[in-house]
Amino acid sequence: MRNLEKSDLTLLIAVAVLTLFAPFILNPFPADSAMAQFNAGYPDLMQRFVIFGIFAIGFNILFGLTGYLSFGHAAFLGVGSYAAVWMFKLLSMNVIPAIILSVIVAGLFSLLIGFVSLRRSGIYFSILTLAFAQMMFALAYSVLTPITGGETGLQLALDDPRILGQSQTAEGNIPVPGLFGLEMRDSFDLAIGSWVFTFNIGYYFCALVLIAAFYLAIRIFRSPFGMMLRAVKSNQQRMNYTGLNTRPYTLAAFVISGMYAGLAGGLMASMDPLAGAERMQWTASGEVVLMTILGGAGTLIGPVLGAGFIKYFENIFSKINATILHEWFAFLPDGLEDFIVAVLYPFIGKGWHLTLGILFMMVVIFLPGGLVEGGQRIAAWAKRRKSGQGSTGNKTEPAE
Amino acid sequence: MDAIILQILNGLDKGSAYALIALGLTLIFGTLGVVNFAHGALFMIGAFCAVTLSRILTLSHTIIDETQKDFLGNPLKVDVPYVHDIFGVSTGDAIIDWAVPLSVLFAIPIMILVGVIMERGLIKHFYKRPHADQILVTFGLAIVLQEVIKYFYGANPIPTPAPEAFKGSLDFGAMIGFDPNIIIYPYWRIIYFAFAAVIIGGVFAFLQFTTFGMVVRAGMADRETVGLLGINIDRRFTIMFGIAAAVAGLAGVMYTPINSPNYHMGMDFLVLSFVVVVVGGMGSLPGAVLAGFLLGVLESFASMREVIDIIPGINQVIIYLVAIIILLTRPRGLMGRKGVMED
Repeated sequence: MRNLEKSDLTLLIAVAVLTLFAPFILNPFPADSAMAQFNAGYPDLMQRFVIFGIFAIGFNILFGLTGYLSFGHAAFLGVGSYAAVWMFKLLSMNVIPAIILSVIVAGLFSLLIGFVSLRRSGIYFSILTLAFAQMMFALAYSVLTPITGGETGLQLALDDPRILGQSQTAEGNIPVPGLFGLEMRDSFDLAIGSWVFTFNIGYYFCALVLIAAFYLAIRIFRSPFGMMLRAVKSNQQRMNYTGLNTRPYTLAAFVISGMYAGLAGGLMASMDPLAGAERMQWTASGEVVLMTILGGAGTLIGPVLGAGFIKYFENIFSKINATILHEWFAFLPDGLEDFIVAVLYPFIGKGWHLTLGILFMMVVIFLPGGLVEGGQRIAAWAKRRKSGQGSTGNKTEPAE
Repeated sequence: MDAIILQILNGLDKGSAYALIALGLTLIFGTLGVVNFAHGALFMIGAFCAVTLSRILTLSHTIIDETQKDFLGNPLKVDVPYVHDIFGVSTGDAIIDWAVPLSVLFAIPIMILVGVIMERGLIKHFYKRPHADQILVTFGLAIVLQEVIKYFYGANPIPTPAPEAFKGSLDFGAMIGFDPNIIIYPYWRIIYFAFAAVIIGGVFAFLQFTTFGMVVRAGMADRETVGLLGINIDRRFTIMFGIAAAVAGLAGVMYTPINSPNYHMGMDFLVLSFVVVVVGGMGSLPGAVLAGFLLGVLESFASMREVIDIIPGINQVIIYLVAIIILLTRPRGLMGRKGVMED
């Protein structure tokens, strides 16, 4: 933790506090109140927050720093999931070896794909990564069925060997993933008044991994290596003219972000031990692009925010239905109520993707820096307000 | 031999769709320099123009038919489409039957309008922004268009049949001296191929032989100089965007009898069309058409049983594999021009 700049340290602490106290923060409403449906503090969703957070942090190391837009990153996540499930099937239900293997396998795949794809840049790079990912998806879906489980996905079975563990529990069930006796799905509820907070072991495991991953990302961002990657983004040609071969650096960034994706995939399989090919489809790759852009590409905290934002609204928005809307607007006169509900209805529930698409377009058009830039603009505006309106007139524009 | 001919024929209709979409993509890229990820959505909107028209044509009202009785002896209620009232029964039925070909006329103005609105309303503001931003914003737009269609038409594929006259298949093998029923080919696919050929020929002729086309080609080569000559090149490029949208839309309209349209058909075609454009060479119109047909035919060869037996799964990956090989050996694509999209 030493050697960190103060602002980075604050950021790290903020992320740590946010993730460790997430069960409290995400459950602000009493369990039996009408607002309880906005509570996001249940284990399944919280795990997804941090897992996609890790995925987006990794993607940001490639896209945010070097500017290479990969449209095939979900493939590494899928590969990581498969590797982890195979480890559960063959070795033991301990999550540590599973996650280590998934990171290694994803790293190898990204080394291979990155080596080929990084020969080209710009749109060609995007298409190449897309082509590789689609190829892997198609193969996992069809020919590689013995390895990937095909359409049904890869699942655990009672007769798996599990050399270091047991094939089945004493009751004859499939064992669950755990960490030296701690079961990932275990959680306990803490009731304070009418609030119920759920603490889940799997979530806390993911949260610790996220904090470590975030710390590593800070170190990468602030290292000479990170500086080099940013130089690639701002002017690669100049880098080449100074006699520097940029490809090892971009390849390293690609592999690192591929390993992050593998880590996310491994965690995903550890929380719920199955893996399917649909995790590798290009729409899944598009999703992580959305998260990173929405939060703010090239910033440290942005991807985490973006991942949380999208996953939260995906779950909460899609739960709202017309009846709930009618309840909300019940205080209005009937005609007006029906009208407002009719207007809002296409954007909620199953229409959540529409809202997401519109939001995403708005962000790209008006706020290329994402939510982080939005926050900075609001902060700057508030500061200007505070320092007195009179001084706005003689503000100096930076010379171009 | 017969198997080879059959696979070439099978590849042609899919290749036609790839070629049409890739042609539109390349037109947009060549004129405006914009990478349009929403082009698949235009293809899908075209397909839904056909769905809409056939729904409009079958709009009906209920009358009580005194001449027909149900088993209880009550007069039967019958739905009568409005077109029957207007054109009479036999003409009306013919019009309903020919809904898909008629949609071509219906779709052209709509698609041009959609294209022009898209260009003026959104894409115009992205000329100066990096390609990554263009990809992202059009990707967002594609999601929005797709969801809007899903909201109105539901998530299930909507069968839209071809006219009765084209339902059968042509025994192509018998015509060129093979045994009958070995090489048979549905009529509609022949029509699709012919239609695609006409559209592609039309676009090329338009660019080659009209003054408008000449100006557009000049603008593609050097936009600034054409602008300095006092020609409003922006307006012509907007019109070209409309035409590109119409080409994609028509490809979608005619594709509906081959594959029932659903809201994500655009995305499915988009990825492949991009691969086609890159293989053909970014910004090269003949390259896009050539690569479209080439990949379509290759794909259908790869799905032959004999080939799958040798290399399992090759039919799923052949297009991507070819794209990777071409991009690495001929970075500009098959017919790419020098200086386009090079960094």
